[in-house]
This record gives sequence, structure tokens and C-alpha cells, in this order.
Amino acid sequence: MTKSILIDPSKCMACRGCQVSCKQWNQLPAEDTKFTGSYENPPSLSTNTWMKITFKEVEDSNGRVKWFFGNQRCMHCTDAGCMISCPAGAIYHTESGSVAIDEKKCIGCNYCVANCPFQAVSFDRATNLPFKCTFCLDRTSNGLKPACATACPTGAITFGERKDMVSAASSRVNQLKSAGNPNAMIYGLEEVNGTGMLYVLADNPEYYGLPADPQVPFGARLWGALFKPFRILVIFAVGLGLWANRSHVKQIEEAKKAQKST
Amino acid sequence: MNIGGNTAENHPISMKWIEHARENKGAKLIVVDPRISRTAAVADLHVPIRPGTNVAYLGGMINYILRNNLYHEEYVVNYTNASFLVNEDFTWDDNTGLFSGVQDNPARNAKGYNQATWQYQKDEEGNILKDPDMQDPNCVLQVMKKFYAKYSLDNISKVTGCPKDVLEESYKLFASTGQPGKAGNMMYAMGITQFTHGAQSVRSVAVPQLLLGNIGIPGGGVNAQRGQANVQGACDMGMLYHIVTGYMPTPQQGAHPTLEAYTASTPGGYWANRPKFMASMLKAWWPNARLDQAYQYLPKLDGTDHSHIASYKLMGEGEVKGLICWADNPAVSGPTAGSKRSYQAKLDWLVSVDLFENETAAFWKEDGVNPEEIQTEVFMLPGASGYEKDGTKTNSGRWIQWTYKAQDPPGDAKTDLWIADKLFKALRAEYEAGGVLPEPITKMNWDYGDEADAHQVAMEINGYDATKGRNALFTSFGQLKDDGTTACGSWIYTGFYSNPADPACMRRIKETQGVGSNSNWSWAWPLNRRIVYNRGATDPSGKPWNPAIPLFRWDGTTWQRNDVPDFNAAILPEESAKNAFIMTAEGHARLFTTGLNDAPIPIHYEPAESPVANLLYPKATYNPVSQRFYKDHTVETDEERARYPYIISTYRVTEHYQSGIMTRNMPWLNEAMPELFIEISEELAEEQGIKNGDTVTIESKRLFKDGEQSGIVAKACITKRLKPMVINGDKKHVVGMPWHWGFMGMNKGAICNDLAPSVGDPNTTIPEYKAFLCNIRKGGKTA
Repeated sequence: MTKSILIDPSKCMACRGCQVSCKQWNQLPAEDTKFTGSYENPPSLSTNTWMKITFKEVEDSNGRVKWFFGNQRCMHCTDAGCMISCPAGAIYHTESGSVAIDEKKCIGCNYCVANCPFQAVSFDRATNLPFKCTFCLDRTSNGLKPACATACPTGAITFGERKDMVSAASSRVNQLKSAGNPNAMIYGLEEVNGTGMLYVLADNPEYYGLPADPQVPFGARLWGALFKPFRILVIFAVGLGLWANRSHVKQIEEAKKAQKST
Repeated sequence: MNIGGNTAENHPISMKWIEHARENKGAKLIVVDPRISRTAAVADLHVPIRPGTNVAYLGGMINYILRNNLYHEEYVVNYTNASFLVNEDFTWDDNTGLFSGVQDNPARNAKGYNQATWQYQKDEEGNILKDPDMQDPNCVLQVMKKFYAKYSLDNISKVTGCPKDVLEESYKLFASTGQPGKAGNMMYAMGITQFTHGAQSVRSVAVPQLLLGNIGIPGGGVNAQRGQANVQGACDMGMLYHIVTGYMPTPQQGAHPTLEAYTASTPGGYWANRPKFMASMLKAWWPNARLDQAYQYLPKLDGTDHSHIASYKLMGEGEVKGLICWADNPAVSGPTAGSKRSYQAKLDWLVSVDLFENETAAFWKEDGVNPEEIQTEVFMLPGASGYEKDGTKTNSGRWIQWTYKAQDPPGDAKTDLWIADKLFKALRAEYEAGGVLPEPITKMNWDYGDEADAHQVAMEINGYDATKGRNALFTSFGQLKDDGTTACGSWIYTGFYSNPADPACMRRIKETQGVGSNSNWSWAWPLNRRIVYNRGATDPSGKPWNPAIPLFRWDGTTWQRNDVPDFNAAILPEESAKNAFIMTAEGHARLFTTGLNDAPIPIHYEPAESPVANLLYPKATYNPVSQRFYKDHTVETDEERARYPYIISTYRVTEHYQSGIMTRNMPWLNEAMPELFIEISEELAEEQGIKNGDTVTIESKRLFKDGEQSGIVAKACITKRLKPMVINGDKKHVVGMPWHWGFMGMNKGAICNDLAPSVGDPNTTIPEYKAFLCNIRKGGKTA
């Protein structure tokens, strides 16, 4: 892994410039949302929302309230559950180490979605394709920063050589520790063998919408190990299965519609 | 310190520099706010205070600084009026909260002051008497010590509801900037100003900054964060009713019927040059008229209140025939906005210039309004956005930055300058055909070309030698004269556009070494001075308080400079030190002042609507000088306080802008903030049985008509970030809501300001949006 995006929530003020600029650069339509009691919206990542800011209020035993802002999206894992479980070999590591999806190879099996420990991949039923943060490959491969890092006013999102990002993160962790955050840590160094996304966290990862101990599901590993040698057959089998399944799903939907109209 | 402001949410780009200072300079951020806002979320210390108690909080800080001798003594004695002796008869009543000289003002149904005792003691020659040891009981410092003695930690904790240890921690941390060489910065916004005591709140920000020696130094200052990108520029250009350009007061028909009378009212200090600035403005506007004649063309105040609330009141009384709302949406943004919309039905015509059809223009389309009963003719002029026109924006650091058009406005949309130009030319044609008093229009200068050119306007604002023509541009307002030979639209801007080939306001050169003044990045008024009152940056002998950041240094013969001096640099430092605050007549900053109508020293008054008595002044309640406009308009009785038991504050969120008409038409922003909501503490939600995301109805006295209570609806946001406040032992609930919604555009919601009272500060008439009373009921019909 050569490049990383470093998120420093201690500098994040949740303006959501990143969230909107992601949509703007990738031309993703707005979702029709409702206010359900939190500033957080849309409620989850989706085919049209590839990254979002999470909001979490935590009250400690002294009654001190903190408001944590997380940055949720594809983590670009080294040990990537999506890639391992992809029977078509459509998911791959780019030169910089980010995780990308080759739409042409994708057979629409949805296994990547099921096997992501971060729930960061979303499946689009209309196109039968999975969607997620692309690490702004179209920008970064042309010398530009990702859209989110470009929009961030405070420097909470930075992009660069992984070694530089790691060293910036280390010194920031030291700063946070000496400022009275004993749990300060770097997230993304060890987790799933390192993620392209690096975080400087002042406290518990779960406050930032991140799993404390992300694991690639065992099933994904098994699946990957078993079927890798027979990939062509698997593609064919899964494709056939999906095709059959699709007509079945269609039947069910039509039945539902018929029920509603009566 | 961020007080009465929410930089992260409303001025996110400023937050970049706060974070920069924290990371690189070890700065600490204190946020004083009733709730944990997104700014408070990232702060080193959050200080929760009850809405409407800023003056008490800051008075407590003043007391803490004075009691513990934490003020910057050398600064205070040399540069402020702390050592000046005040009239021996000056006094105040600790019961009523009234100062000496109080009198009734029946015309306004309020109190007023004869300020005869609010003056300095003077000798026979008119020199102000001083005590450099600051021990005389009548010197300003001792008067303040006595006045603020009751603003103790205990009392301020009871008034504000802030725990005593948090109060003390914040006072101690901020007062540590009083050490010579340290800098403390106070940033504020509408959470300081929008009160019936708003001007006193601003003063209470300035006073501790003066005591700590934080004015005129790098990193210091009282930094107002304006509500709009170019509010500063609008004020500079005289858009307010009480000032013309460059902060000269609007002439009054009674007091200043002639230019001679206006000139005779010239104050001291640098303002003694005002006649030159006024003459130059008149010359720029009416170049072919004699100055005294041109002065007659200038509109004057006739004694009628022309503030926002008062103007709408006159509209409701049928006194106003027409209204031009230019990028303004008072039907959402004004206090008691529902009444405002109904008053608009009395207009013959209304012009709305905006990017979208806003609520002010569409008042006749609102639910429950019958358009057949409304005769007002509404004209819609589609405007251009900031990216679709050339021109300047002036920020709150007074930098005038030229910005370029990125693309043409869509469809029939036109720039403000295009619209103003066509409007003026049409008016002039009408007046040339005849009319009452046509000369102010027919003789006004308007030579900006067939299609008005922003560069020509900029040159007129900059100022020029009228005997030679527009191209003979000035570089300094020092060149302006009072004899009609010079023309200048706004004297403070002289120099921003003095070289049309390379205007200073278009420069973008970053500083590579220096103290951070970035003097070649755009241009700051006045005279490209980045920090005003910067004589305060060094001690009287010219030694910088902080040698690591020397804004100036006297090397024995001359000043080494990193900014443009705001003092006479041609004289010895000890001499200029006697006049460090050159805009005041006494040359010193005013801890004590006669400049405001309601108090010479900031005093704590409750908001017009408050659930508690004034604990510091038992017989006082709200500001006795404040402006009331309507009878039976605010909560006054205990019975009413029981009906509207909750304190409500209103504010903005990052995702929407002002009245929302720009952002509520942006799908991506609507996705992030889809609906109007009200923030409620978990405790209040429990009491009321309200669940997160429930619909609730909010009621205020403004929505009580003919015995019927109505309300507005919003979604509940139940949060830990807002807690009930314990005020003098009693638990009081505070709620808050943003005010961005209305009934037009892609994202509709109730108008929050329908709840807010039309009461105003006695100096500025700013309405009290930040603290009033409401009731909340579970349920309600969504519009």
C-alpha cells in the first residue's frame, strides 16, 4: 500500500463538505431523507452515498458529553473481505493499494456486500453492480487529491504517501495523548492487515462508527480458498444461479404487486 | 474564545485557522454556548450558559480579572481610560440596575438617560483629570471594581446556570492571556448581538479584551463574525439607515439642516477629519452641485424610526407603499415573521430580487392566505449568484477582495449592478419628465457606461481629484479635502483601487516571511492596515509585547514595521502612546463610555422574555431603555411564564444558509438536513413523553391571537448536548431550533421566526432572536 487518506476526527467539525463533494464529483443523486432525531443523514451508506459523516453523542460517568464525528466509507483493506469473496476476480488492489471494482468482470453476485466487515459496499439492484468509495481513482491517478480531502476546510482529511500519513498520524496521536486522551490511537495500521484509510482516534473506535476489531468473515476465506482454482466454473455457476434466482425474485415482486393492487 | 457564535457551523473556513493555531501554536479553544454545538464539540473547554446571560458571564470575567489583578497593567494605564476620573455624581442603583441621570422617555414607553454624570472630570482648561496609580475611587478602574464586585463566581453561576468550577476554569484560562506577550482572541456573532441588550453584550466582549491588552496585537482582537459573506462591505457602503458611507452618521433633519450644522457636530480624535470625507462623498455623488446644495439632496432622518422592525410596523399601518427586497427575505428572517407577511398585503407593490422565488415574494401563496384579498403587485427580478458577477467582497477582517465572474447568470438573471443601473436610469428618465424634488436624482452622478462597469464604480468609491477627473485616483484619504475639489464614495476605501492597472484588491501574494500580516494579499481598509489600533502592539517605548511577533519595533530612530501604523509614526513612541486609540476624542480606549444610550459600563439585564428575575438587580428585569414596538407582545406575567415555560434560542446549521432559499433548493444539502427540527434535552423529552423524531408543536405569545393559541411544528431532536439549567436553584429547560425553513423551494418547513418577539436593542434596534420563551406540545400537524 503506497497511498493513504488520513482522517483526523479531532479536527473534524462535521461540516459535511466531504460528503457533499463526494456526491458532486461522482455525480451521485441526493437521497430523499427524513429527519429522524440526529444530524446524521443519509441513514446509511448506499449506492448513491459512498461516504458519510457519523454523529454520536457519548456521556461519560462524570456527565461530560462528547459529540464524536466519524467518517464512514470503504476502508480499502489489505485483507479485503470483498476481494477474497469475489468469485469473478472483479475486485482488485490498485497500484496505490486501494480497492477497486472492475464493473466489466462483476457478475452481480452481491458476495462483496455480504462479506465487508465495515458494511461499506452497497449493491444496486437496477444495474446489478456494487458501489463504494473509489479512493477517487480518477482524480488520484491524475495527480489530484480525492474530492473529500480537497473540500475539507480544517485538514481533517489529508491524502498522501502512506508513510507520510502514518508519521503524521503518530505525532498527532502523541499530541492527543498529552492533551488528555489516554485512549488515542491510530486505526487502520493493524486492522485487516492495514487499511488505505487511516484514522487518528481520540477514543473508542465505536464512537466513530468503526468496529473495534474488524474481521473478514470466515466463510469468505473458506469460499475464496475453495473456489479460487475453479473460478471460471464458479462464475458460470453463480451466474446461472443468479439468473434463475432473478426470475424467481421477479415472480415474487409481481405477486406482491398483484396483492397490493387488490 | 468563541462566545455567542458557532464558527464551525456558520463560518467553517475560519475554523481552519483556529485549528491551525491549536495545532501549531498551542492555542486553546473555549466555546461559550448554551448547548454543545459542532464548535463546542471540538473545543478544549465548553462553557454552557443560559441564553441571554452573556453580559453576566463576561461581567464575571471582568470581576475575576480585576479581583485577581490579572489585567495587563501597563497597557491598561497607558492605552485605556482606566485612570480617568469620572464625575463624582456618577452612580447606579444596585436594586434597580439604573444609572444616574435616568429619566422617562414617554415617546418610546421606556427609560432614557441624561448622561451629564457619565462624563470625565476636567480641569478649568478642559483637560481630563487622571490618576495614573488608578487608586482614586472615582477613576474608571476603581468604579469598575466596585460595579462588578457582585459579579462573583457564586452569583454568576446562579445567573448563568454554569457550574462554578467550569466558570472559574474558563476565566482563569482566558485571563492568562493578560500576561504581556500572550494573545487572546474573542470571536462572536449573533449570539452576542441579537438581544435587547446587544450593544452592551458587544461592549462586554471588548472590555475584558482591553483589560487583558488584547486589542491591537497580532492574534488578539474582538472579532465579529458577520452573518453574510459581504455584510462588512454593505456596512462600509452605508447600507444601514443610521449611517452613510464610511461610518459617518446619517444627517438628521432637525439637528443638521445644513452642511454647516452637520460639520459643527464633528467629534474629536481622527474623526475631526470627517468634514473632508463628507464633502468628498457629496462631490462623488453630485459633482456639479455646490457642497451645501448637494448636502440638501442627501436624504435625512426625520425623527421617525427607520429600523427594520419599525419600518415593517409602519407598513402594517399603511404608511409604506412600496418595498424593494434585494437579496432579502424578511418573511422568514424577520422577528414575528408571520405579522410581517400579513403587513405586506398593505403594500401597493413589492419588488423581490433573488435567485429563487422566496417567501417574501410569495407571501400571497402561503397556506391560509386568500390571494383574492391581496392587491399588492409583486415583481420578481431574477438575480445572479456571487459566482456570476465581478466585484468585491469585504470580509470581517476588512479585506476587500475582488472576485471574478466564473460563468454567465442563467436565463434572464442579471447582476445586482445591471439591475441597479437600469433601475436608476429608468427613475432618472421619469424625474426628467417632472416630479417632486427631482434634482437629487437628475443631478446625481451616474457615469459608469451604457452597461455599468464595476471597475468604474470601484474608482468612484476609491476617490479621485475632482479637478482632474476620475483617473486622477488617490492613494490615501489623507488627500481628501473639504472644499469640493476631491470626490470619494467611501473614504475608508481610498487606496483599494488607486492603480487601475493593478488594483490592490486583486493582489494575491502570500507572505513568505513576517508576522502573518500578508499585506500583499488583497487590501484591507483603512490604508491596508491589517490590525487596527495597532499602537497597542508595543509598549509606550516601542518595544513589542511579544518579541517573537513584532508587529512594530522602535529601533531608536524609526519604526520597524510589519503593518501600516494606526498612529502617528513621525513622532516619538512615547508621544504616539498618548493617543493609541486615535479614533476616540480622548485618544484612549473606553472601558467606560458615553457612547451608548443604555449604560456606560456593561450591565446584566435579562432578555425581554425571561423565566427568572434579575438576580443581580432585584428590581430590574430586562433592559429598561430597550425598544418595544407592540403592546401585549411579550411574556410579562407569572401566568404567562407558566404558559410558556421554556427558554428558546434560534440559530443556523452548516448545511443551510440564512432564510434557506439558496440551500433549500440544493438537493445534496436537503439530503443532509431535510427537515426543520427542535433540539430538546433528554430530561425535557422525558417529562413531555416526546420521542426522538416525533413531531412537536412550538408555541409563543406571538402566535396567541383572539384567545386562540397556534404554533409551528418541527421534528424533535432529543440530545444529550443540551441540558436543563439550574438557575438560582431552579431547573429551567432550554430548547433551540434553526430558522432556515419556509414554505417555498424544494424543502419546506415552518417559519421559526414566527415565534420571535419584535423587541430591539436601544442603540441598534437589533431584534432579540436568541432568547425568548415558548411552550412545546407533543404532536401537531405538519404543513
